[in-house]
Amino acid sequence: MSSPTAESVTQVGSGDRGSAAPVLEVEGLRVFYGNIEAVKGVSIKVHPGEIVTLIGSNGAGKTTTLRAISGLNAPRHGTITFEGKSIGGRPGHEIVKLGIAQSPEGRKIFGRMSVQENLELGAFQRTDKDGIKDDVARVFDLFPRLKERINQRAGTMSGGEQQMLAMGRALMARPKLLMLDEPSMGLAPVLVDLIFETVKEVNAQGTTILMVEQNALAALDVARYAYVLESGKIKLEGPAAALATNDEVRKAYLGEG
Amino acid sequence: MADPLADRQPAPQAGRPVGALKASFGDRRRHVGDWIWPVGFLILALAVPYIQKLLPDGNEWMDMRTVITCMVFVLLAIGLNIVVGYAGLLDLGYVAFWAIGAYVFAWLASTFWNNQEFHLFSTAKETAAGIHVSFWLVIIVGAIVCAIAGVLIGAPTLRLRGDYLAIVTLGFGEIIPQAVRNGDQVGETNITNGAKGINGLDKMGFGSTLDSATGGFLPEVVLSRDVIPRYYIIMLFCVLAVFISLRLREGKLGRAWIAIREDELAASAMGIALMRTKLWAYAIGACFGGVAGVFYAAHIGGANPDSFFFNISVLILCMVILGGMGNVYGVILGAFFLAWLNFKGLEFLGDSFNRAAGTDIAWADKSFLFFGIILVATMLLRPEGLLPAARQKRLITERVDEQSSTLAPGHI
Repeated sequence: MSSPTAESVTQVGSGDRGSAAPVLEVEGLRVFYGNIEAVKGVSIKVHPGEIVTLIGSNGAGKTTTLRAISGLNAPRHGTITFEGKSIGGRPGHEIVKLGIAQSPEGRKIFGRMSVQENLELGAFQRTDKDGIKDDVARVFDLFPRLKERINQRAGTMSGGEQQMLAMGRALMARPKLLMLDEPSMGLAPVLVDLIFETVKEVNAQGTTILMVEQNALAALDVARYAYVLESGKIKLEGPAAALATNDEVRKAYLGEG
Repeated sequence: MADPLADRQPAPQAGRPVGALKASFGDRRRHVGDWIWPVGFLILALAVPYIQKLLPDGNEWMDMRTVITCMVFVLLAIGLNIVVGYAGLLDLGYVAFWAIGAYVFAWLASTFWNNQEFHLFSTAKETAAGIHVSFWLVIIVGAIVCAIAGVLIGAPTLRLRGDYLAIVTLGFGEIIPQAVRNGDQVGETNITNGAKGINGLDKMGFGSTLDSATGGFLPEVVLSRDVIPRYYIIMLFCVLAVFISLRLREGKLGRAWIAIREDELAASAMGIALMRTKLWAYAIGACFGGVAGVFYAAHIGGANPDSFFFNISVLILCMVILGGMGNVYGVILGAFFLAWLNFKGLEFLGDSFNRAAGTDIAWADKSFLFFGIILVATMLLRPEGLLPAARQKRLITERVDEQSSTLAPGHI
């Protein structure tokens, strides 16, 4: 098994991300499925207020990295630190409690429950009824489409609406860090734009975002900092704007050359 | 914590959708129609002894002892429904909790430990040897013991999913009766009296201790052969179980169970503690099984390993499936019908058939043939069960499009 080293990462542009301590820090993360090493020593940082994106092709280990952070896969090596606390290997519900919510890959909405029931489950750990009510109203403000469908069964909605619901549901936990796994997957271009606009809006309102995307162009457009994953390792990292103009990235992920 | 949406103006509070927002966990709006099932069932249950007297053809095909046995199975099925119907955990060893409940009563209310002498509000004679604890107290003890057993069994096995969990629970359901059958020689001690079982158990009722303590205000009552008070006792337990089931389903725990049943990964992402939530389902389901076991042992006056075969687990599971997983009222109907068929109906109908057709077929031995036919017919004709839970019906009858494809531009 190869032993990944920090030297293999190419820094594109400036690595300076301000003086604030990172809210999330993943260091040397290695995750295995049985004997298959899916993530081979990934180190990423997310600073408060940023949108950070992990891009890369299918099977690069993006989703596995997110799953390790959210407690769905236990890391075999490496550390995951959130707000100074080590969270690697903790169960999912504790991680939600600490303030990390996610919109999982494939959305994973509760298809046979109504939109409202889905949103209520998003606030499962909260007990402040009035706050929950306010947040439902705010999610509907962010996604007016969901409000029209409040009593509709979530599984009968379109893909775009389901993605809105998945994001809204994650926001119902009032997370400090929102993780989005492929929010644009399977959506028409007009909806992709709308989803990314909302990502920006949510971020502008103060939520730090870590986003996994295959749609590198759109992701680099909204993100502040980006990591390029390839075969379970970080290959490139840098400010999103610098990566978007990087030749290697443009060739490999933006379909140029 | 920074509120991500703090500077948004709240949406205008108008129209029905916003009104519906008021409904939150355990705060559902009620309609008159919501009361039809519970009130109807309660009236029917209260009237059963009177209805039973009026049944045509004499009433030997539905005697009160059969009704009581059926009610024991109703209680068991309501308990299993929490595990299988609500939380979606396939448990093929549920009979074990019934057995544990029965043996708890046998240990605490018989002359079995004849070198001991301990009496607590019991109906037994004050001079009798052995441990004698009041039926009502043993009900509580049995429920607690079974809840603990449920957690002990659940803790290592509930990490498994689907078929694997079913196989492990099946093994557990076999272990308990085998352990009981062979428990007459643990070292030098006889713990379970082996295949003979523990018999001559105390009766239900109130003992003489309370009678003298309250100066006759709570008179001594011993239900030796009276079936109608016993019916009302098991009915009371069933009503309580239904009430608890329904309250749980509407509450936060019920939501968590249903979320886990729908999608375990998504439930975890919502912050639902998977293990703890599943263990609660196991513990509460086991409690109901334990109460049914204590009552059943007191009712038939003995605890015998042969009552707790694997086929009983399957029978209870069939009741839940036939009735409609997740719907308590459907489960009650399914349980009562299948229990009646198993313990009385098949024999009775078979005898009638034999008399009419002049045949000599042992119909009662073929019960599983008929359960098989009923299950297959259910799956073909009404796969969601007699009275499906609304959500379960959707699960089976509708194609749920969770990964809906791309919308046409402009549709949004």
